[in-house]
Amino acid sequence: MKTTRPKADVVVIGLGWSGSVVAEELARAGLRVVAIERGAWRDTATDFPPSVDTDELRWATRREILQAPRQETYTVRNNARQEALPVREWSNLTLGNNVGGAGTHWAAASWRFNPFDFEPYSKTVERYGKGHLLPGLQVQDWGVTYQELEPFYDRFERIAGTSGKAGVIQGVIMPGGNPFEGSRSREFPTPPLVPSHWNDIFSEKTTQMGYHPFPVPAGTISQAYVNPLGVRMGPCTYCGYCQLFGCGNWSKSSPNACVVPALMRHSTFELLTETEVLHINKSPDGKTATGVTYVDKNGVRGEQPADIVIVAAYQLDNVRLMLLSGIGEPYDPRTRRGVIGRNYSFQTLSYAYLWFEDAHLNPFMNTGCLAIQIDDFNADNFDHSGLGFIGGAGIQALSNSGLPIGMAGILPKGAPAWGKGWKQAFRHSYQNWAMIQGQGTSYAHEDMYFDLDPTYKDNYGRPLMRMTFDYNLNDKRSGEFIRQKCEQIAKAVGGQHIESYNFAADHYTPFRANDSSHTNGGVVMGTDPTTSALNRYQQSWAAHNVFVLGASSFPNNGGYNPTVTIGALALWTAKAILEHYLKNPGPLVQA
Amino acid sequence: MNRREALISLVQISALGAISSAGAGVIRSDSHFPVGTQADALPSPPTPGALVYFTAAEAHEVTAIFDRLIPEDELGISASQAGCVVFLDRQLAGPYGQAASTYRLGPYKQGTPEQGPQFQLTPAQRYREALARLGDYCRTQYGTLFSALDPDRQDDLLRAMEAGQDRLPLPLGAEFFALLLQNVREGYLADPMYGGNRNMVGWRLIGFPGARYDYRPYLHKKGQPLHLEPVSLLDKAV
Repeated sequence: MKTTRPKADVVVIGLGWSGSVVAEELARAGLRVVAIERGAWRDTATDFPPSVDTDELRWATRREILQAPRQETYTVRNNARQEALPVREWSNLTLGNNVGGAGTHWAAASWRFNPFDFEPYSKTVERYGKGHLLPGLQVQDWGVTYQELEPFYDRFERIAGTSGKAGVIQGVIMPGGNPFEGSRSREFPTPPLVPSHWNDIFSEKTTQMGYHPFPVPAGTISQAYVNPLGVRMGPCTYCGYCQLFGCGNWSKSSPNACVVPALMRHSTFELLTETEVLHINKSPDGKTATGVTYVDKNGVRGEQPADIVIVAAYQLDNVRLMLLSGIGEPYDPRTRRGVIGRNYSFQTLSYAYLWFEDAHLNPFMNTGCLAIQIDDFNADNFDHSGLGFIGGAGIQALSNSGLPIGMAGILPKGAPAWGKGWKQAFRHSYQNWAMIQGQGTSYAHEDMYFDLDPTYKDNYGRPLMRMTFDYNLNDKRSGEFIRQKCEQIAKAVGGQHIESYNFAADHYTPFRANDSSHTNGGVVMGTDPTTSALNRYQQSWAAHNVFVLGASSFPNNGGYNPTVTIGALALWTAKAILEHYLKNPGPLVQA
Repeated sequence: MNRREALISLVQISALGAISSAGAGVIRSDSHFPVGTQADALPSPPTPGALVYFTAAEAHEVTAIFDRLIPEDELGISASQAGCVVFLDRQLAGPYGQAASTYRLGPYKQGTPEQGPQFQLTPAQRYREALARLGDYCRTQYGTLFSALDPDRQDDLLRAMEAGQDRLPLPLGAEFFALLLQNVREGYLADPMYGGNRNMVGWRLIGFPGARYDYRPYLHKKGQPLHLEPVSLLDKAV
């Protein structure tokens, strides 16, 4: 027997970062908002206080806070000639399974994208000509610019308490920040973190080399802070139990630490936890959504009718829900028609690993995003003439790894991995290993896409999503270019036993150690309904009362972590709903 | 159901951390629910004594393997002396050993290396099968068990497994070797609460301070040895 709940003004699918900020905006404006979250309620004091959090095996190795493949997974293949198989075990993706989503356990690197990242097509054509774009790439503008988003980036950083040093304020370059960043209206809400010894070595050397190092904007915040929603955060203690852990100090920006306490004060807001949305329901003429059908933890199905449906789950689940619900035409790689599943992008990583001799790096003092970066080779910050690719990477010296089980196998080539000599090698490596990461741009390709798997099912009998992805030539070239830069810096700082990698030189696999977890696209925003699923307000072209928030909106990935851009876009959409959509429900953009 | 099975099923129910303090249902501004550390917030350390998953014979062979992977030397005690076999026994009896987080719907097929592990067996089953196969192989080749071979021969066999050499029958190959190496490291370096890392030997080896949560007093001491005594979540660990 199915329950039908009273109609809401808005139903929000998923209560992670984008769901919680949009729900808070709309509930505060007086709308009746129901959020439906697949995972359980999580509270800092109960679920990850310091007395429970300092446990690498439980949280980092066994990943107890994450969504396990058992609950839901996807299938993967490198190209359409292969048969896709399920990702059965823990992999590079780190989805959440709780109120707060991945925002509860993330590494907290808190970036704005570069202005180029929003207009890669028109900026590339303008500077280099159309011929610079390799065949097969699906490079297109987002429909929104960095400058339009700037106030919403500012607002999100204020909610999150982000720590950093501004590089460009109102067009003026400021010392100590990133001179390549898009112009900001003002400084960060809190100052930068205290850099590690490795951070300092990298800063000094890259400055000598003529580059422009700056502290990576961090959601592990540097001092106590009260945000505009009235929620208090604590100062980060550099405990080193960060990425994959909830924060016991209230010092890592998260929906739990920053938004949910304010959200729960609104009497017009309701939250259903441990309840999964199975599909979005459509009106008889198919032109609008009427609400969602869900199943609760006892297996009882229900319906939540609503005037507006906001899809705010993880990127993969957003794409899958749109496919399962039949909203928007699925992408067909043979005809290149359709939009749902189109424009998948990832994150192109390059690395240099190096070892010092007697450095006492004390890696256990860290946060998930304690790092210094140079942006000299990111976005379109350098001349790409004759290079045969677009994009690049942020190159950073990360101090985010100090837990022993995860480091027991990080040894120079030739050092014994077991038996006599391993203890000696591990003892030396633990205090002397450092890593330079190129976190690179990723562009979509017409052969790479999402659709529904023909064979494998989830626990409800619904088809899993299928990912068809491998690195394209543009990203292989940018990854190689960046690998060389990482290696140069590793040599310059006096590293020994240097190894360097361009992950894009090999086939993509979900099982590569130290790979990115950033998966993007599939329901992308844009200006043209034949190449995008959403307009510039993240409103579905196919159903005007459906909005889709998340990294699923990105037509390409910048050389940065995605979260703050996701949050800024969610706030941008919230404003569009409050100021325009509610007054006149219908398409906000004429196709 | 015997005691061993009861222990396994209890652990499976609480697997994946799906215990909600608020309970499922509707949460609103007027909802009240308990906040604060729960009695069962930390896992219980293994009670010493009987094995839960391994037979005595299996544990004896695992001990021999583990003590070649992490032997006793001037830098510290061996894996088994540090409790790694007890650690693994309890892990295999619990959700990890039962593949509680793995997607296990069929059909099972072997794919490309990029498509990753497609094991039908759980980690606990993989150990049982591999140890049986190792016993058969050693008896046939050398007339005795792995544990009775001299250390050089043991190392030679482990290197052959690590390299995936053909002379060893499956599953005695690179994937099982990787599982062994991962699990012995976990046992040597996890919090002593889990039964291994006795006296925090693994942490003392590398100077890892353990279950600490505030390094702000030390941030300015860059590039210096800090000599911080390790602490554990287990009250009695010294």
